[in-house]
Order: sequence, then structure tokens, then C-alpha cells
Amino acid sequence: MTRRRSAILVLEDGRTFPGEAYGSVGETFGEAVFNTGMTGYQETLTDPSYHRQVVVQTAPHIGNTGVNGEDDESGRIWVAGYVVRDPARIGSNWRATGSLEDRLATEGVVGISGVDTRALTRHLRERGAMRVGISSVDTDPQSLLARVRQAPQMVGADLSAEVTTAQPYVVEALGEHRFTVAALDLGIKRNVPRRLAARGVTTHVLPAGSSIDDLLATGADAVFFSPGPGDPGTADGPVALAREVLTRRIPLFGICFGSQILGRALGFGTYKLGYGHRGINQPVLDRATGKVEVTSHNHGFAVQVPGAGSGAVVPDQVIDTEFGGVRVSHVCLNDNVVEGLRAVDVPAFTVQYHPEAAAGPHDADYLFDRFAELIEGAGAPDGQQSDGRTHSSRGRSNA
Amino acid sequence: MPKRTDLKHILVIGSGPIVIGQACEFDYSGTQACRVLRSEGIRVSLVNSNPATIMTDPEFADATYVEPITPEFVELVIAKERPDAILATLGGQTALNTAVALHEGGVLEKYGVELIGANIDAINRGEDRQLFKDIVAKAGVRLGVDDPTGLVPRSRVCHSMEEVEATVAELGLPVVIRPSFTMGGLGSGMAHTPEDLARIAGDGLSASPVHEVLIEESVLGWKEYELELMRDRHDNVVVVCSIENIDPMGVHTGDSVTVAPAMTLTDREYQRLRDLGIAVLREVGVDTGGCNIQFAVNPVDGRIVVIEMNPRVSRSSALASKATGFPIAKIAAKLAIGYTLDEIPNDITLKTPAAFEPTLDYVVVKIPRFAFEKFPGADPELTTTMKSVGEAMSLGRNFTEALNKAMRSMETKSAGFWTVPDPAGVTLADTLAALRIPHDGRLYTVERALRLGASIAEVAEASGGIDAWFLDQIVALIELRTEIVDAPVLDVDLLRRAKRAGLSDRQLAALRPELAAEDGVRTLRHRLDVRPVYKTVDTCAAEFEATTPYHYSSYDSETEVVPSDRPKVLILGSGPNRIGQGIEFDYSCVHAVQALRAAGYETVMVNCNPETVSTDYDTADRLYFEPLTFEDVLEAWHAEDSSGRAAGGPGVVGVVVQLGGQTPLGLAQRLKNAGVPVVGTSPESIHLAEERGAFGAVLARAGLRAPAHGMATSYDEAKAIADEIGYPVLVRPSYVLGGRGMEIVYDDPTLRDYIGRATDISPDHPVLVDRFLDDAIEIDVDALCDADGEVYIGGVMEHIEEAGIHSGDSSCALPPITLAGSHLAEVRRYTEAIARGVGVRGLLNVQYALKDDVLYVLEANPRASRTVPFVSKATAVPLAKAAARIALGASIAELRAEGLLPATGDGGTMPADAPIAVKEAVLPFKRFRTRAGKGIDSLLGPEMKSTGEVMGIDTNFGHAFAKSQSAAYGSLPTAGKIFVSVANRDKRGMIFPIKRLADLGFEIVATAGTAEVLRRHGIACEQIRKHYQAGEGDDAVSLILGGDVALVINTPQGSGASARSDGYEIRSAAVTADIPCITTVPGAAAAVMGIEARIRGDMQVRPLQDLHATLRAAQ
Repeated sequence: MTRRRSAILVLEDGRTFPGEAYGSVGETFGEAVFNTGMTGYQETLTDPSYHRQVVVQTAPHIGNTGVNGEDDESGRIWVAGYVVRDPARIGSNWRATGSLEDRLATEGVVGISGVDTRALTRHLRERGAMRVGISSVDTDPQSLLARVRQAPQMVGADLSAEVTTAQPYVVEALGEHRFTVAALDLGIKRNVPRRLAARGVTTHVLPAGSSIDDLLATGADAVFFSPGPGDPGTADGPVALAREVLTRRIPLFGICFGSQILGRALGFGTYKLGYGHRGINQPVLDRATGKVEVTSHNHGFAVQVPGAGSGAVVPDQVIDTEFGGVRVSHVCLNDNVVEGLRAVDVPAFTVQYHPEAAAGPHDADYLFDRFAELIEGAGAPDGQQSDGRTHSSRGRSNA
Repeated sequence: MPKRTDLKHILVIGSGPIVIGQACEFDYSGTQACRVLRSEGIRVSLVNSNPATIMTDPEFADATYVEPITPEFVELVIAKERPDAILATLGGQTALNTAVALHEGGVLEKYGVELIGANIDAINRGEDRQLFKDIVAKAGVRLGVDDPTGLVPRSRVCHSMEEVEATVAELGLPVVIRPSFTMGGLGSGMAHTPEDLARIAGDGLSASPVHEVLIEESVLGWKEYELELMRDRHDNVVVVCSIENIDPMGVHTGDSVTVAPAMTLTDREYQRLRDLGIAVLREVGVDTGGCNIQFAVNPVDGRIVVIEMNPRVSRSSALASKATGFPIAKIAAKLAIGYTLDEIPNDITLKTPAAFEPTLDYVVVKIPRFAFEKFPGADPELTTTMKSVGEAMSLGRNFTEALNKAMRSMETKSAGFWTVPDPAGVTLADTLAALRIPHDGRLYTVERALRLGASIAEVAEASGGIDAWFLDQIVALIELRTEIVDAPVLDVDLLRRAKRAGLSDRQLAALRPELAAEDGVRTLRHRLDVRPVYKTVDTCAAEFEATTPYHYSSYDSETEVVPSDRPKVLILGSGPNRIGQGIEFDYSCVHAVQALRAAGYETVMVNCNPETVSTDYDTADRLYFEPLTFEDVLEAWHAEDSSGRAAGGPGVVGVVVQLGGQTPLGLAQRLKNAGVPVVGTSPESIHLAEERGAFGAVLARAGLRAPAHGMATSYDEAKAIADEIGYPVLVRPSYVLGGRGMEIVYDDPTLRDYIGRATDISPDHPVLVDRFLDDAIEIDVDALCDADGEVYIGGVMEHIEEAGIHSGDSSCALPPITLAGSHLAEVRRYTEAIARGVGVRGLLNVQYALKDDVLYVLEANPRASRTVPFVSKATAVPLAKAAARIALGASIAELRAEGLLPATGDGGTMPADAPIAVKEAVLPFKRFRTRAGKGIDSLLGPEMKSTGEVMGIDTNFGHAFAKSQSAAYGSLPTAGKIFVSVANRDKRGMIFPIKRLADLGFEIVATAGTAEVLRRHGIACEQIRKHYQAGEGDDAVSLILGGDVALVINTPQGSGASARSDGYEIRSAAVTADIPCITTVPGAAAAVMGIEARIRGDMQVRPLQDLHATLRAAQ
């Protein structure tokens, strides 16, 4: 067994973890965040929302099932760096086409292994997400620390342009075509159009800088605001676009970053969470049904609604906005963070978490049905809107 | 959804005696349930016949019935208690089957009792094979799966051999056979040939209470997974844990090495299992609570089939609870009374709700513990019938660390890879051939094959499909081994890597002979400051702060042990259950925790058995889930002691070794030598009692008699002793538990044979040769002794079978039923003299034989014995609690003053009206088959074979004995045929009991010699030929197998080996037919009294709280 080259991880507050080079040899910087999922590393790595972040996996064994041609959520690996404890030496799975480490090396992803990831996670939990550097070329902690402190912060980062598609593309509906949706790509995951397609929706994926005319030109029945990386406080363009959509009463659905954009369009603020929600075991309460769903999360920012302090339960009441009443439809049971918004007077709703899963449980898949119902209701001749509460096919397979 | 307000009184049904497939995990779950329900202000009644459980401690329920878990007795409890509801999903298959029977018998309806946690329809849908397949297909339709019928193996339910054969003609061999409604896969198996088919399906049809078996397409070699799920009444569902079996399909999951979380699934595949599991759970309609679903996944194309589900808390739930920190049973009890998951806080974080899915940042490995050495004829091949008697679990920050820890937790001869040399001359071809048959310790064989040069692909093929990822992890260990062997010196880097991979000092010592063994490695390691840190099991991979100090060791960078300045006591547990060391010891350890906590100590539990109450994270103040090896215990002690001292406290003030059985006791001297404060009876005193020469001197000084004896290290020495003291002699190795290797020898050739087989014999480990006292009454005493030499007799138990049957296997009565006052006074005098002579500080167990009015000391064990819980329940005195206090310095006088012990008197002089408690052992014979597929012999001897025990308690012996039999084996018959065949020496003693049975209306069938004697005494009997005698019609064996016999009485003819072979066919037929088989004269006499009590039909039930109040008042 050939020994790995030594590597070092340094946090901006100076805490240092020794380890060994994993993936590509080199140096990288980003925001250190931890993900607690026990499965789905391939989906995590290829999720554009992790752009500029160094992901710490709390699951100790990573790479066990190798990589395959089906589980990517975008065209490349986005994480800025990867921190694991015990990388697999071989991948073993009937679908595997290669090893994770080879893929990381090929795509130039600098990682570190052999790290006490639990100690690192506890540190981030206590001190909050912060900048980090990993190096397998210069393992002097002081010189690396100096460079970590020069790296850009996540607060104030406008990253949509870096992750969005260069050209519009279309994902066709499966089976009978029912609706057309224009999706603003702020870092979309492949499984979103796939889940829509399964409901007869054709999705036009458009670049982040698209105008309302670009959206309307697709003939869309509805608009989707995608997940994505960066500080929602900088997303003035998409926020303005969302306001245009709301003004036109075009059905709107948003996920994650898209939810923060709706929040801002409605006049709410956003704020950075201490260490974010990143995992696939987060309990979210759907206030319409009183049911709990176990969901996939990946967000470092959240929507600030009036009347909700940090950690306090958000009141379940209609909040007045420029676009009429809005309810907080979903909350995270772990910390009462706002996880979903539903407009009462305009056809719009969003969730802060990931109903498209990949990775993660499929409990929230019904939200795509709600979206379809919302579109259907908006298009009904008498103009009646569905309240989007029913979810007859809950628990449907995502596979 | 808040809790229901209409449930004010709930009856919890336990799981009864420990048997293979149903062990102390149900004490753990039941104890949690009782605590939860009572804390909610609900009155709890409990039925459980197993006295060695914590749940049957009187403080855990309002009314505790130590009564048989049969519909008959549970109905008596219901009639007396009139509960609102029954909770039967936490007591294993026994509780569930009883609940179904009560429903079907109309009892629940009659008394207006609701079944909570699961409804009868859901139970039937989960347990009935065909219904279940339809359910899975429906769930598949609901999920939109392309081929819903492909979600289960192709199969058919059969009720006769004809149906079985027709089905196999369609499916082709091999097929799997699964009887309906049996526990732990009892009676199931894989048939490769028509002969296998005839045997397994035939047995299965008779093992199933509804005479039904499922014949199923083989998924042998597929990957096997389990999910543990929970559902509340608002239809919220969470997956608590995924478990992957390293052993592919074909080995019962209870017998498989398993890993949590699943290691070789992509998220897509895992989520498919999750979707399917949830859909099946909803379709089955489990109202609330836990359930377990098993899947097989085809490694070639990912096809998933659902194998089975248990609509209740299971063995896997206990494992999942310990593996994740999510207390399934506790939550299940809350859900049963109406709470929803989001209303229940997560115990560990306190701030987040239980409505979430635990995520692990460590790896858990469970390894089963087998006891094939106890059943020489039994086929050791692992199949779909569970055969293991216990398990150990371990946690590590990676797979190899957890695996190595689990392997050394087994307390087998091999303590991990390379600790025992390869068998001489073994080749790769032999090794690969051995891999083809699943066996105990197969991972050792896997490692050897890989080390001898086999490729991962070859081993995967030979082992029938072990996943390459696991094999590669073992290859990594082998590569590390090579590095360690080849390195010029074991430097800090290599040592650290070795420890991170989970290798023990002992394993390293085996690879580096120059390092002066394990002690040398440890010295080097400590000098290089390579020591473990302790991480926390927190359900959330550190996302939230944990408040529960549930720790495991790892060679990582940061420790999480919170310094505390309180005086700490470490209590060492007993490790994996095995025959001879089971739940009784865990019971004593838990009691020590309770008593020492109450006395102000910070209690720290160290154990590796996931089934137990002791390893519940809220039993002790702190839990270290660690192997009970010297190295692991020493490090845990060091972590607690040094952090305590750093906080300005006294650190660890005591380590309790005498309550966890032989395991911790065996560590006592080494721990003491390493500076660990071992409290209680000193290691030197332990040696005095266990070393035969020293103990002989103790007895001689006090003028106590013992059977003539000697010690031998060769056949010649042994023969010289036998010649001097006379045959029969009892031979055994020194320092054993459960009578391991103990035999009664009647002649020279057998003695020569025994010494030849005792390969471990050496001057350090001599063989003990004792005069065996034929036909003596055996007496067991549990006693306490404090530092002043004050002795408290806990209880005196009189065995029902004569001496020669291991005390763990014989039934006994307390108070003694035939001993005279003078005998009891003699027993007291002897016990006091031994306790003082040895220097006991805590518990002492002494075994005596009374022959011809003379008392002999057989052996003394200076530790908690297997009978401590039984005695404590029968006398209302918590002996283990007192022992723990004495170990930490309390005197018996102080404990009497405190009220922990009675103010006056003791268990040696019970009041005249004290109830009679009968302990009966439960034996696992019907689990095993010989290679030829025959039942194994059920004859009892000096080597212990029972897995568990029950208690029957009542005002007189007959009733108490009848209850013990009902609880252990199903009820004694009240009518029908009794088959009798007894040895010549027993014919005289059998006349009275058999005559009484005939008078009670039983038909007697006997073999020629027995029949002749019976007729001479006017007992009408039918004569039948022995199976080897030629003749027409039924012989004895076919009569029993035919199911026409209600009871077998058979005592072996002759002596020594010939006694063993005589009657074997008869006894194994009784095992196969599952009817009681009595093998001793006193056993027959006791059975007659029990049968009389049953025929009178005046059985009553009475809660332990009542019995104890009466006893306490009398004291």
C-alpha cells in the first residue's frame, strides 16, 4: 500500500487538522461546511450549491460505491474541496463505472483524508461556518492560514453567474405533455426537471441573467426558481424577476436559493445561519397537514420573516406583504428555521429544502404535485386556484 | 396529537425465558416501556416468567406477575387486573403470539381490553407469508414500481408434503422453507436436494402452529439489508437505522456479521429500500411503533426483494437503538399511548424532536456468539435457522476498527486476526473450500484465504457473495500486517495507523514477538503517547450538542469525555451472552449501577452486549460501549480516572468485577497489577476460591468436608487419583464457567479419552478430578460477606435433580423443600466459614452435595452467581445491590440499618408460610440438528446447556412447579399417554410416581423391562418395543414422533458413554415432537406434583409486590 502524501487543513480561526492528500494534490480555499448524509456523496459533489464550499463529510467512509454515470446532479463536481476520514480503496456497486478518487483527481478537486471529521464538525458547530484552506503542497499551518484569511467570504458572494447554464436547454415531459415551466438556473440540479417531467412538465432551463421576456418567450405556464450557491442578499436580478412574475400572477415555485429569492421579492430579509443545514435527515413540519417529512437540506442562509427571532417558533399566521398575504408553510423542527413560504393571494410557493432529494429521502416529492396543481388551478377557466394542499401521491417513488 | 387520556392501565407482556432467537433485548425494550408508561402516570401491570430480567424488578411496574406467558395465565392476570389495554409489541414473538391467542380466544373482547401498538390484522398481515406477499405487491403498485410481483421471491404457501413437492417441481431446487408463526426462523432451512426438502419441510410443517410452510425461490448469495422503521398515529414514518449483513442471504440475520449503517448502497438504492419499507409498513397497517423489514438485493442488477417484516420491536431494534442512540422501545411505548414523533424530544440532544432519522459518523459491527461446543452432535453450518446464543457489538470510527473490536469482544480463543496461529499445514485450497460452508468465525477464514493469496474475486465467489468492499477492508488489514511485520521498528506513525485500523495490543504482539507480548506493546504505546480518545454516540453526527455520555473509543484526535470531580465507579459487564453467562449477570451489573448511583457515586458501565439493559445509555451515568478485554478496560479506566483527577476529583475510586460473571473476574488480577482499584473480593481471594489446592486448604482449616479429589496434568496422574478415591469421578478443567468441559467418568477408558481430548491441559491449567457423589441432593447458596466477616445468607436452593446435572440446568426450589433444620444450620456454618476463609467482600455462591446426611462442599464462586436474580425475586432482597455497596465499603450492619437488607434474619431461614419459588432451566435442543438432520440428545449432565430460566412462584411446590413447566415448555399434560422407559437402578424409584399418574387417568406405555416392573405393582400399561427391536406396528420412537404421547419419562441405562447413547433416539424424538421429556427420578416426582396441581385447576396469580410485602412483613 503506497502511503499518501501529507496534507493539512487550516480554518480561518487557526485550528489545524493534519491529514493526507485525497483526490488532486494542490491547494484550495472555500467556506468549510459539514454534510451529515450517510449516502449520496456523488450527488453532493456535483450539486452546484456547494460551489466555493469545502465539504466535510461526517460519514467516515466515502467512495464505497464508486461513481456511476447516472447520479451526477450537474455536469461536474462543484465543491471547492473535500474532507473525509476514510476514503474507500475500491468502489463496489453494480452500477459503478469508476472510483471516486480518480474522478476527484481528474476534475482537479483537492481533498484531504484521515481527518478527525467529527472534531472538525464539532468545531464548525460551535464556531460557525468559516473559511478554510486545504493544502498538500505547503503544509506549514501559518503560511496556509495567511492565505485562508485572504480568501473571499461567503457573505456577499454572488455566484449565480458562475454556475448557471451558458445556453438555454429543454427537458421534455415524460408521457403526455401537460405544462411548460421556465426554470431560472441559479445552480439547478438535474433531478428537478426530472421530477417535473414525470408529471408531464416540459422544463425550459434558462441562464441566470434571463429577463421576464426570455421567460415568457418559452410559453411557460409557470416559473421555477432553482437552488444555487451564494448569498441571496446579492441576488438582486433574480429578485426583481420574481417580482415581475408575482405581479403577473404567473404560478411560481422555488427551491432553496429560489425560496430565498421569493422571500426577498415579498419584502423579507435573509440571514446567514450559524452552520447551516446540510444533510438528508432534517425533519420539516408541513403546517397545512401537520405531518413531518424527513428531507434533504443544503442551505447556509434562510428567510427572515417578521415576528420570528432566532430559534423562536414562527407564528402560523398570514403575514401581509406587497403581494398580499403570505404564510410560513413549513418549518424545520430542529431549530424552527423557515423552510417554506406560501402566498395566499398570488400563485406562489417555495421551500427552503430539497423535494427533488438526490441525495435524500423522497418524503417531500408531493411538492411537485402541488406545483402541478397550482399550475392547473391557475389555468382553470374560472380562475380558481388550488390551495396546493392536497398531495394524493405522497410517498411516490423518485427512482 | 397529545397522548390518549383513556388509557389508564396497561398490561405489558414480556418475552419469557432467554432462548435462541429471543434474548435479553426484550428485557431492554420492556424495561424502557414500563418506565415510559409509568412516567406518564399510567398504571402498569406486567407478565413475564423470567426472574433474571430488570423489568420484573418490582419497582418497574405497579403489579409484576412472574407467571407463565401463556394465554391461560395471562387471562388470569387480565381478570384480576382489568387493564384498559395490552402492549404486546415489545415482548418478542412470545408476547405477540400470546396476544393473538387471547384475541382469538375472545379474551380481549370478554374483558374489553384493547391491543395497542399493533392490531391483529396488521400482525397477521406481517406474519402470514402469503398475505405479506400481496401486501408488498400492493405497496409496489402504490410506488409505481414496474414489476410489483418481482418485489418478493416467487413462492407458494403449502400445507402438506404433496403441495410442497408440486411447488418445487415448478420453482426448481434450491428452495427456502419457512414455517409460519415461528420465532427466530425456527424450522426454516434451505433444501438443495429432495432429501433435504422432505426433512426440512416435514419438520417445518410440524413446527408451525398452523401447519404451514412457505416454499420460496432462492435468493442465496444476494446482499442482505434491514431497515428499522417507526411510525406514529399521524402516519409520520422515520427510518432509524439501516443494517447491512456481511454474510449474504442464506445465513439468518441473527447469525450474520452485520454492519450499520449500510456500507455498499448508493443513495438511489438506499432510498428505494426506504420508499419500499415505508410503503410496506403503511400497507401492513402497523398502527404505531417500531418494525423491522429485511431486503435482499441482487448484487448483479440491483433487483430488490422484500424478505420479511416484523411488526414489533425485534432483536435488530435493540441493535439499532444501541447503534444509533435512538431508543426505539421507549419511543414505541410513547407512540402506543398516542404521542406523535414530533411531540417526543430526542433524548440525546434534548432540543430536537424524535421525528428525524439518526445519522452516524462511526461504524457499528455486530458479531454473533455461538455455543456449538456445548452440543457436540449439532451441525455447525449456519443456515436460515438462528443458532447463535448471543452477540457483541462494537463501534469504531471506521469499519476495521469496529470489526477488530467486535472480534475481540467475543471472548473466544481467537481474540482477533492472527492471535491464534493458522491450523498446521492448512492450504489455500482447504481455506477456500472451508469458506463455502457458512460457519462460526468465517471472517477468520476469509482473512486467511486473502492472506494466503486468494484474490478478492475468488473469496467473494467462495464465500457465496461477500461484498468486495468488505473484502478489500480485510485486504487493507493484511497489507498493514505486512508493514508491521516488516518494519525495522514499530514507530509512532505505524503504531498509530495500526491502532486506527483497530488492531489490539495483543494482535500487534502476535506480529512483533520481540515486544514482550501485549504488556510490551502497551508499554511502548504509552511511551509514544498513542492512546484512544472517546467519541460520543449522539444520533446526529455532531450537528447538535449531545447531553448523553455514551462513548466509544477511537484513535482519533479529540476526546469528548467531560471531566467530572465526582467519585466514579466502573462496573464491568459480562460481554456477549453465552451458555453459562447470560442475562443474570447483566441483571446484577444493572443493580450495582442503581445502588451505587443512589449512594452518590458516578457510575460508569463498560460492556459490549447490545441486547442488555446495562448498555442502555441512561442506565449508568456514563456508558463505554467497549470490548471487555484488559486493554480496552484499562484505557476506559484511564480516560475516566485521568479526566476525573484533572477536574480535581478523586477519579475512579473502584472497579467492580464480581457481578459480570467470569469475564470481568478473569481481568481482576491484571487490572489490580496495573494499578486499577479493583474493589470487592480481592483478586487474591478470588484465587483462593478458584485454585483447587488453595481452596482445599481453606476447607481443611475450617474442618469442612469436600468430596475426595486431586489435580492431574496427565492421564497417569488422573488414574492414580481415580484409583484412590474410586469411580465415578467428576473431571473438569480449572477456571471455567457453565461447567465447560465437565464430565462424569465411570471407568479408566473414559478417563483416558477425556484427558486425551483436554488439549489445553498444563501445569498452569490442570484437570480437577473429584469423587462424584451419586444420588446426592445438590444445594446452592448465595450469600453476602462484608469486610467484618459478617455473613448474610441470601437464599438456600434445593435442586430437584440429583447432583451431577449442572446447577444451571437443574430446576431448584427456594426455600428448600426437603432439607431439615439441621441441614440448613450446617449449610449456614459451612457458608460462613468459606466466606470468611476466602475473604469475600460481596457475593459468594457455594454449591453443596448432601449425601447420606453428610454435607460436602462442591465448589465456591466468589462472585455474583446465575441465581442472584432468582433469589432476589424469591426473597425480596436485592443481593447484587448489597454486594455492590459492600464492595465500596458498606457493612452488612449498615445496609440492614438503611433498609437495603432486612433488619433481622436472612434468606437462610425463610418464614414457614413463605411462597415456594421454583427455577426451571430452558434448553435449546430443538434449535439444533445433527448433520444427518436428526434431533440432538437432550440428556443433561455436568456441562451446562440451558440458555435461560423461568420462575414459578406459588404457595406450594406442586403449583409452583407446574407454573415453572408452563413457563418453560408449555404446560404439563393433564391427560393422555405417558411413555416410560427407565434404567434398572431407577425402576424402584419410579413406581410411585408412575402409579400416581396412572391413578390420575394417564395411559402408560412402557418398554418391556419397565412394563414388567410396573405390572407387578398393579399398574396397567401397554408394552411397546424399542426402536431397534424387530416387530410389527409402532415402536417407541415412531409412537413419540407420531404425536400420540403427551410426556416422556426416560432415564438412561448404564453409566458413562453407554448411558449417553441409551435412550438417545427416544429423547431426540421427544425434542423433535416438542413434548416434555423427563430424564431423572426426582424430576418425575416433581412433574407428578405439578400435574396434580394442574388437574385440580385452582391456579392463581399473584403480583410480586404482594408476595414481597408479605415476606418483608415476616422479616
